[in-house]
Amino acid sequence: MAVEGDLVQMGALIGAGLACTGMGGAAVGVGHVVGNYLSGALRNPSAAGGQTATMFIGIAFSEALGIFSFLVALLLMYAQ
Amino acid sequence: MAAEEAASGFNIHPMDQFVIKPLFGQGPIEWYTPTNATLWMGIAVLAVIALLVMGTRGRAIVPSRSQSIAEEIYGFVYKMTEDIAGKEGLKYFPYIMTLFMFIVLANLLGLLPMSFTTTSHIAVTATMAMAVFVAVTIIGFVKNGMKFLSLFWISSAPLPLRPILAIIEIISYFVRPVSHSIRLAGNMMAGHAVIKVFAGFAGALGVGAVAPIVAIMAVYGLEMLVTVIQAYVFTILTVVYLNDALHPAH
Repeated sequence: MAVEGDLVQMGALIGAGLACTGMGGAAVGVGHVVGNYLSGALRNPSAAGGQTATMFIGIAFSEALGIFSFLVALLLMYAQ
Repeated sequence: MAAEEAASGFNIHPMDQFVIKPLFGQGPIEWYTPTNATLWMGIAVLAVIALLVMGTRGRAIVPSRSQSIAEEIYGFVYKMTEDIAGKEGLKYFPYIMTLFMFIVLANLLGLLPMSFTTTSHIAVTATMAMAVFVAVTIIGFVKNGMKFLSLFWISSAPLPLRPILAIIEIISYFVRPVSHSIRLAGNMMAGHAVIKVFAGFAGALGVGAVAPIVAIMAVYGLEMLVTVIQAYVFTILTVVYLNDALHPAH
């Protein structure tokens, strides 16, 4: 059975898969933010409520970079 | 052979749900063509009106359920604006409330089966993010004049570092609308595509697809959370940028 297909498309799909490794970095970042928030909140629960908004801003900033890698994967797969 | 037939019978492409189609006929899409995006944006606006105008019509002292929801959301966004941007920021509260209500309802309506998620398109979110960016920049210059540029000149840093930090701050200022819009659109697109991927598994397995259906329910619950959090994040970043414009000194 002969292998058919386009070399460029193969490269693009491999690249899309590689781009998804960037999501792991975003996962580490979000986990770091929430973990540190929790450890701080358990030490001083009375101050935790005021910092929830800051935590969400931190999550949003680090999550955006994972979304960028998802976007690169989508561009490689669909927008050639 | 049978498996192949079943798979081809439920050939759902996960990205098909994001295709923009004209509502009537098959013609080319011009700027005035009513599409499914138009329809679902209109439904989102009607839902906002239904919740906030119809829901609070009774003005009861003991609120009904819909009035209670509307009051809770109003109080939540109001407090968030006041906490982050201060008293001066409350002048812009109607715009922030509008953004929050539209995004949260567009996101939630996109979770209905067979519906269309308007906020999964970068064209929609980029319009909102650019509006915020332009408005915040204009407000900053009108309120502070040239002192607004001190946002980029961090006076608490050591003097030799300040030019380098200024370049970084300027770049990050202009990247704001990009990350602001792509964050919302990417989250919506990724989450809804995941649901459709599991739906494709369930379709391929046929009657015995218990595991994919349980997985869809779990992902759906997660998506409910993500839609509300992303609307919250979009709104809170708007308020943070507004606060930068109103009080530029670090």
